[in-house]
Amino acid sequence: MPTATCRCGETIVDDRWEKLDEIIEKHRAKQGALIPILHEAQELFGCLSEDVQLKVAHALGISPAEVYGVATFYSFFTLKPRGKHKIAVCLGTACYVRGASELVRALKEELGVEVNGTTKDGRFTLEVVRCLGACGLAPVMMIGDNVYGRVKPEKIPEILKEYQ
Amino acid sequence: MGVLYRAHVLVCGGAGCVSSGCRAVQEALKSELAKQGLDKEIKVVETGCMGSCDLGPVMVVYPEGVFYRKVRPEDARDIVQEHLLKGRPVERLLYHTSQREIIQQMEDIDFFAKQRKVVLRNCGIIDPEDITEYIARDGYEALARVLTEMTPEEVIDVVKKSGLRGRGGAGFPTGLKWEFCAKATGRPKYVVCNADEGDPGAFMDRSVLEGDPHSVIEAMAIAGRAIGSNQGFVYVRAEYPLAIQRLKHAIAQAYDYGLLGKDIFGTGFDFDLEIRVGAGAFVCGEETALLASIEGKRGMPRPRPPFPANEGLWGKPTLINNVETYANIPPIILNGWEWFAGIGTEKSKGTKVFALAGKIANTGLVEVPMGTTLREIVYDIGGGILGGKKFKAAQTGGPSGGCIPAEHLDTPMEYDTLVKLGAMMGSGGLIVMDEGTCMVDIAKFFLQFTQDESCGKCIPCREGTRAMLDILTRITEGRGREGDIELLEHLGTTIKDTALCGLGQTAPNPVLSTIRYFRHEYEAHIREKRCPAGVCAALVHYEILQDKCKRCGLCRRSCPVDAIEETTEAELVAAGVGAAGADMQAAGASQGAISQPASSPKRKPLFINQERCIKCGVCMRECRFQAINRC
Ligand SMILES: Cc1cc2nc3c(=O)[nH]c(=O)nc-3n(C[C@H](O)[C@H](O)[C@H](O)COP(=O)(O)O)c2cc1C
Ligand code: FES
Repeated sequence: MPTATCRCGETIVDDRWEKLDEIIEKHRAKQGALIPILHEAQELFGCLSEDVQLKVAHALGISPAEVYGVATFYSFFTLKPRGKHKIAVCLGTACYVRGASELVRALKEELGVEVNGTTKDGRFTLEVVRCLGACGLAPVMMIGDNVYGRVKPEKIPEILKEYQ
Repeated sequence: MGVLYRAHVLVCGGAGCVSSGCRAVQEALKSELAKQGLDKEIKVVETGCMGSCDLGPVMVVYPEGVFYRKVRPEDARDIVQEHLLKGRPVERLLYHTSQREIIQQMEDIDFFAKQRKVVLRNCGIIDPEDITEYIARDGYEALARVLTEMTPEEVIDVVKKSGLRGRGGAGFPTGLKWEFCAKATGRPKYVVCNADEGDPGAFMDRSVLEGDPHSVIEAMAIAGRAIGSNQGFVYVRAEYPLAIQRLKHAIAQAYDYGLLGKDIFGTGFDFDLEIRVGAGAFVCGEETALLASIEGKRGMPRPRPPFPANEGLWGKPTLINNVETYANIPPIILNGWEWFAGIGTEKSKGTKVFALAGKIANTGLVEVPMGTTLREIVYDIGGGILGGKKFKAAQTGGPSGGCIPAEHLDTPMEYDTLVKLGAMMGSGGLIVMDEGTCMVDIAKFFLQFTQDESCGKCIPCREGTRAMLDILTRITEGRGREGDIELLEHLGTTIKDTALCGLGQTAPNPVLSTIRYFRHEYEAHIREKRCPAGVCAALVHYEILQDKCKRCGLCRRSCPVDAIEETTEAELVAAGVGAAGADMQAAGASQGAISQPASSPKRKPLFINQERCIKCGVCMRECRFQAINRC
């Protein structure tokens, strides 16, 4: 069983790999099981690391290249760990015409990262998305599962404080 | 069931209202009701989207039908104590027209009164998590009729005669598609629902799935019967977690009630339904790419024919329709094709749901008969332009569509007229733009989008859109050249003719359409290095209006690059800067050019160092005296 060493020196058991086995088993019989498996694997591990991809490929009996191909095609999948909170600013049409690019700029400034970057403290990852379906309240952004509508750039520091 | 309530409070739980905080309002209401001991008499229901997103959180109290908007948790007490206990509607939460008239009933508000709901018949009215509410509104009756009284041929015939056309964009006749699938020889066959809703700015499909998921489930089972399929898939984009959750719940309930699964209504007909979640690729809205994605592959489109009707999922005949297309099916079966064909125009039957967004006063979801004019939608229902500004254009069809300028406001919204105007119906996103929107910038925005989302398989789309984007970027940055417009047109038409799938074939549309109607804006950018709307950062500059400036220094402190500097009166005069200076020069006055403005004489005047300015606009936002001008 894969283990990891904690900073305090104690060996801890990483049971996520067992859970991954369960996920694979659950979907294996389905046609087109790869994407549902990757969705759940990413939820479990936070990202699709090489190890995870290899494991899925072996379990499904497909080539790692195929898994990699799928994992990199879809923007929802990420190969690198993301920050604790994911900030997704909508750059859909409705949000764009109502000034969403100002939001992106303000966030970049506030967090000191570029789009797709993660802050040094690992707290936030800044991403842009295309339409969250709340266009009526443009400009819209999401932090984790919380949606913020009609966001003004000057409100950003205040909003980020909720996630300290 | 069994329990009868004397009143129902329907709280909108659409995406818009959720982000405006409707969940907290619901909680507050429930706890206030419990406190007053009314929780057995009055039921709070979370519904799907009611449509009026910008008024959110909204709610309706039945039986009276009183509509409240912008409700805060603090208002729960008054709603319960005043309205529900004493029968006095809470006036401050009622809707006010722009003439300050107060309206109590939902159906008297223009935004709702001018709509005709077929697809959204249950959205905002029923609890989407309770199948009995759907059944109470004739839900699954159409399926029962199809299974017990009609032959598959009859079903297809009704759909054909109704004149229903696909709502996913292209407007292909739905009945015809069903017939092709029914006639296809491969086995098994599949029924797929396209809920990828990729057009940014469109949220109709989301609202249907969140507000009335059973209508889609029922329709897919009907389609299964009609074409001879026992397995369906709904492909939903990952960005819609609430829609996925509600649909999952609804599918489970339908299985519990025997409305999905084996031997439905004891007729021997089996139908299974599964959800597949997308993973953030716009191109997966295109049908062949979507099918590849369900198969677990990279979502790359392939040339058609063969069409999915003959060779779709795993090479088998597959019927693929959009969410809204399906949602039309049960009412067509129940009310007959004649009824449906009686709505709309000659070639576009029924209604269309539009997602109103952008610079419009009433954003939200509206459903109107096909053929309603853009003017009626924007002004009568949408309440006109935000802040009383001037309408410039409406964009339909998203990254595949085009714009409709002010001179065509009276165009009826139907498939063929829109295509003639160089726009398209698309899925129903309708983004309104005003004088403050730069059309070149919008064209660039869409091309950036398609360029990002191009799957890279074919060269015209992968390289061609990049070339177009480069040209647009250079125009918006003031480096446009004579001949660029013609080059864009040439590239655009070539890409349209040669790209592999719909994404590439339609990608040039936003550019071609803005050139068609707003060529002068392109020319202003190229020849005069000027952005008429004041949007393109490289072409605008900020200046301080000396006659309004109080020299408070707020802008100077907020400027991120220290571009705002102090100067002397003499220098200002020499430079002829500022409104006051310019006026007086024009009048031939030279001495005392800067007659002391209403500012502190002790402080030095400020000006913006144009070389340093990054045009972020912070100074303009911060200034309390509107003393900074952007031009
Ligand atoms: C680039 C591209 C994106 C598309 N996106 C969607 C979409 O998000 N939703 C949708 O229903 N149809 C979309 N379509 C249209 C589908 O390919 C297909 O025509 C539609 O699902 C058929 O359903 P209908 O006949 O009910 O309209 C898209 C097409 C293209 C070319
Ligand atoms: S465009 Fe931003 S939520 Fe739709």
